[in-house]
Amino acid sequence: MASSSIDRGLKALTSKQKRYSVFSLAKNASSYHQNWQQAWRHAEPKPEYDAVIIGGGGHGLATAYYLASVHNMTKIAVIERGWLGGGNTGRNTTIIRSNYLWDESAAIYEHALKLWEGLAQDLNFNIMFSQRGVLTIAHSEHELKEMSRRVHAIRLNGIDSDVLGPAEIAKFVPCINMDQSIRYPVMGGFLQQRGGTARHDAVAWGYARAADDMGVDIIQNCEVTGLKRSGRRITAIETTKGLIKTRKVGCVVAGHSSILAEMAGIHLPLASRPLQALVSEPIKPVLDTVIMSNAVHMYISQSDKGEMVLGAGVDKYNSYAQRGSFPVPEHMISAAVELFPFLSRLRMLRHWGGIVDTCPDASPIISKTDIDGLYFNCGWGTGGFKATPGSGHVFADLIANDRPNPIAAPYSLNRFETGLLIDEHGAAGVAH
Amino acid sequence: MLHLNCPYCGLRDEEEFSCGGEAHIMRPLAEHQITDSEFGEYLFLRDNPKGIFLERWRHQAGCRRWFNVVRNTHSHEIIEIYAMGKLPKSKEGKAAYQQSWRRNTAAEAAAKPVKGNR
Repeated sequence: MASSSIDRGLKALTSKQKRYSVFSLAKNASSYHQNWQQAWRHAEPKPEYDAVIIGGGGHGLATAYYLASVHNMTKIAVIERGWLGGGNTGRNTTIIRSNYLWDESAAIYEHALKLWEGLAQDLNFNIMFSQRGVLTIAHSEHELKEMSRRVHAIRLNGIDSDVLGPAEIAKFVPCINMDQSIRYPVMGGFLQQRGGTARHDAVAWGYARAADDMGVDIIQNCEVTGLKRSGRRITAIETTKGLIKTRKVGCVVAGHSSILAEMAGIHLPLASRPLQALVSEPIKPVLDTVIMSNAVHMYISQSDKGEMVLGAGVDKYNSYAQRGSFPVPEHMISAAVELFPFLSRLRMLRHWGGIVDTCPDASPIISKTDIDGLYFNCGWGTGGFKATPGSGHVFADLIANDRPNPIAAPYSLNRFETGLLIDEHGAAGVAH
Repeated sequence: MLHLNCPYCGLRDEEEFSCGGEAHIMRPLAEHQITDSEFGEYLFLRDNPKGIFLERWRHQAGCRRWFNVVRNTHSHEIIEIYAMGKLPKSKEGKAAYQQSWRRNTAAEAAAKPVKGNR
């Protein structure tokens, strides 16, 4: 059920011509689907905006949408150097959950999950949000004990988490290998039933369409080349399409965050690493939940097209190449095949990589900077997709009000000075 | 698959190595002389360029010794490999070392390197 206590903002797409519904589907079917309205304009930059969001991925588009719908800021733009959603938003393995250990993490990921739970209605767009559950497997007695502690912490924060024993797992996931003589046997697990998956591209498109409807300019194929300041205040951004004046700049560029920060003389604690993923050929439905394993370093789900979607941890070196090295998928597949032997017969159809900005404490940075009007939302590492609505929502609040709300406040950049890190390396065990 | 030419063992697959991140980060031994902010800068803030990067690697599954690498983080081209404690000799490596913001930090000034070693 969508939470009523979060300000989800004004509804977009109220006009009958643009709204998707069974009626619009029927009407357009009768004219051979040639009259659907363009989902968003291809805007050209205006000389000035009240705020500019750099980065047209899920987080950036969500930020723009909430700036417009919650904070009434519509004279804003999203600047994207490529095509919207073409970065990590289009490359992740679509897992959504909020079962993190620390209170600060629980707050932001659960905030996101509550927004996920009404998002398709908010955006009038089918984002294919499927609360099919996320089950994290324990393979040793140590993991069972650690898991138990984690489940208690999660439940104390009012978030759903259940411990499953071997018999329950065998029933919940019929295709998993429950043989206790394998190297890493399934000894138990913890499940967040409200977790699941969503169609990652649709999230970007849904936010883009709604934001555009509210007057936000989405400017693609436009790269930021400089951040202009006057004293300690941001005044404009330099782009490949010219100078754009603004007093508020929100940077949401994931793997390229350090590059952008250096344009303003700011140093970040980030390391940009490859994160790879792959999908198999489509097969009939065999897995109707998401399985994650820390010890064997892999996570798997089955898309609605029938493809097995697989991922693991980052490559160990810095890279902006959007590809990684073979050993990572090789190790991941060997682990996956032990748990799901049928995978050995599948051909892998597509493989790709993204650039994830990892933080020393595996937690994001949502922060003001020393420069007035310059805000950064980055450091999500391998766990950004699940936070998309929550990240956009709190970042919009920060940008609009020039102060972080309680959910975003712990993620300030100055925690690397005070030492108040939020260490979530154990969140999945795998780079999450 | 990166192929790294370990200075002691020769050309090996990346699987034999572990990566230690940014090279030439000097620990400020006189840490009481710098602020929390300056210490945090040493401990957490990192170079993360798209292009020439100076990093350190360790031959984990071989001689287990450390060495430095000048590598392009976009093309993955390896420009130079040089010994731990030394400075790069290649044009790109020298430029990257001299232009790094870390050279001007209080933490680096508070570090006391052994003569001839960086």
